[in-house]
Amino acid sequence: MSAEPMPSDAVTDQPDASGAGGGSAASAAPAAGRRSADDGAKSAGRGQSGVLNVFSHAFLIAWVVMAAGPLVWVALTAFRPTADFLNDPMGLPTSIHWQNFANAWTEAKIGRYAFNSLIILAGSLTGTMLLGSMAAYVIARFTFPGNRLIFLLFAGGMMFPVILALIPLFTIMDNMSLLDTRPGLIIAYIAYSLPFTTFFLTSFFRTLPSGVQEAAMIDGASHTRTFFQVMLPMAKPGLVSIGIFNFLGQWNQYLLPLLLNNEDENNYVLPQGLAALTVSQGYAGDWGALFAGLTIAMLPVLVVYAVFQRQVQAGLTAGALK
Amino acid sequence: MKTETRPATGGQTSGKQPPGRTRTSSGLAFALAVVLPPRFTPERVRTDRRYRTLDKYRFIVGFLALPLLFYTVFVISPFLQAIYYSFTDWAGGTTANFVGGDNYVKMWNDEKFWDSLESSLLLLVVVPLITLTLGIFFAYMITAGGRHRRGRAVSGVAGSSLYKIVYFFPQVLSIALIAVVWQQVYSSRSGLLNGLLGSVGLESLEQRWLGGDYKLALFSTMAVIAWSFVGFYVVLFSAAMGAIPKDIYEAALLDGAGRVATFFRVTLPLIWDTVRTGWIYMGIQALDAFAVVLIMVPPHALKVTPVYLYERFREGQFGYATAIGVVLLVLSMIFTLIVMRIGRRDQIEY
Repeated sequence: MSAEPMPSDAVTDQPDASGAGGGSAASAAPAAGRRSADDGAKSAGRGQSGVLNVFSHAFLIAWVVMAAGPLVWVALTAFRPTADFLNDPMGLPTSIHWQNFANAWTEAKIGRYAFNSLIILAGSLTGTMLLGSMAAYVIARFTFPGNRLIFLLFAGGMMFPVILALIPLFTIMDNMSLLDTRPGLIIAYIAYSLPFTTFFLTSFFRTLPSGVQEAAMIDGASHTRTFFQVMLPMAKPGLVSIGIFNFLGQWNQYLLPLLLNNEDENNYVLPQGLAALTVSQGYAGDWGALFAGLTIAMLPVLVVYAVFQRQVQAGLTAGALK
Repeated sequence: MKTETRPATGGQTSGKQPPGRTRTSSGLAFALAVVLPPRFTPERVRTDRRYRTLDKYRFIVGFLALPLLFYTVFVISPFLQAIYYSFTDWAGGTTANFVGGDNYVKMWNDEKFWDSLESSLLLLVVVPLITLTLGIFFAYMITAGGRHRRGRAVSGVAGSSLYKIVYFFPQVLSIALIAVVWQQVYSSRSGLLNGLLGSVGLESLEQRWLGGDYKLALFSTMAVIAWSFVGFYVVLFSAAMGAIPKDIYEAALLDGAGRVATFFRVTLPLIWDTVRTGWIYMGIQALDAFAVVLIMVPPHALKVTPVYLYERFREGQFGYATAIGVVLLVLSMIFTLIVMRIGRRDQIEY
């Protein structure tokens, strides 16, 4: 943006005129005869870009339908009685049928699964952010032997497929009596979120000015106090991005609970519960409850996302851009 | 040794107290300071350089201890153990006999493993191509497909952020939820897809998308993975395209380049690093494809290697399952190296 030069005539007219090929230099000339020719070139250019504009909107809208279509269909079908749906899967709801939601919440236990997910997330997200920022701060702002090694250790952990570690992890958890327990699952979420969280926050803490940290130390604040009261507030934008990233990642986690939390169906987290729905509601023939369950699981995340979309997009793509 | 001599010389230069006394009393206070919280540490000790070093290391150790403990016990050590166990006949118990390369030989002769690997490799090659092409296409439409405005060489379409919001929807949802939604979409009896085909008079195209033909199930799986990631890449690539300075586009336009030429000669080379990173990331995601296949596809129709691994684990063949995991690790490393190599270009700075 800043690179854009002053809006002299020559510059402003170029894009339009170039559609008709050449003639752009003419626009700077005040000659009346040339003026009309230039107008012609302009409208031709505009017409062509208009066609392209319609063309690109058509493609873009086609993908809107593709991306949102299945989700909208699920949400609409959730309001239809199962019998209606089986007769005509494409139909629209004729009346608002709330029974499916009641069935999903109680019989299909979506409420219970959502509650489990919330409890796990409360522990794991707090732990991840706290431990991740502590480790990142020390790695980024202090020089000590082994600093580089520890950083590489964390960074390297991002590249391994989690599924390879799962089998030994299963027995480690079993030996520590953490298998099929909430603390066990919380610890696993934290441990597997740490590599990226630490990696991301380390580069973030490095960008913060060092003067503030020194000033706090000179004023007599301890290292711990400097971290919590001075550096953490300054790192807020980075913490928000990585916090959203971890929130979604942990809320949506399926692989870890599938292995470490598979004993009692009552302890399932939401993604496990949804996967189990297809089996249980399928046998019961209660498709309405299945669709309602999916809608209940889907809507809060989409609403939160729509509100914080800028931060979410920044948070989730931050990983790939680094 | 060093720390012994330093305070002694410090005491001599200050010259106010006999050096011997300083050493003993500060030594005692110093020992206390290690265990006491800073606020109970005497001022005299706190200004000591040794104390400052001690305080720093105490802080470093205190802050790193728990994260490192969690990380090494629950992440690093399982990875290392997995590699070791792949050479054993471990079945989950306390005994694991070293059997050399037996698991790998077994894998070599295991036809079902090769079948699963074929599906996984097809996913690895095809899915990134589809997803990245669509992602780049839509991102370019969003950043450069707009009506020309005065003073702009390229302009975004109206409502670009709205498009990005909707495109990104699948990315914020759990992969388990996506798998269940698409299972319903593909359902042969009451699915959205067959319903749509039926309603426009294309009953002949209605299929058993997941439960029948292997190729069709594989294709349907690819479509779901691509569907869930396209929005991510649209956001990623349109951010990268937005970072390209406008005057480069203006220069291209002055030279008479159309939109297509501008894309291939200017845009694509300038975002190439992001494309390559995205390609690697997408490939590794496609090679995994665990949850989608496990939840959505009936086991008889299609199996990918991670699902095959999971089944061996559930059967108690822990040693064999970890060996399959090691092969997956090696595959993803080879893939990363290949993409880095064929995708290497001169870095363009702007």
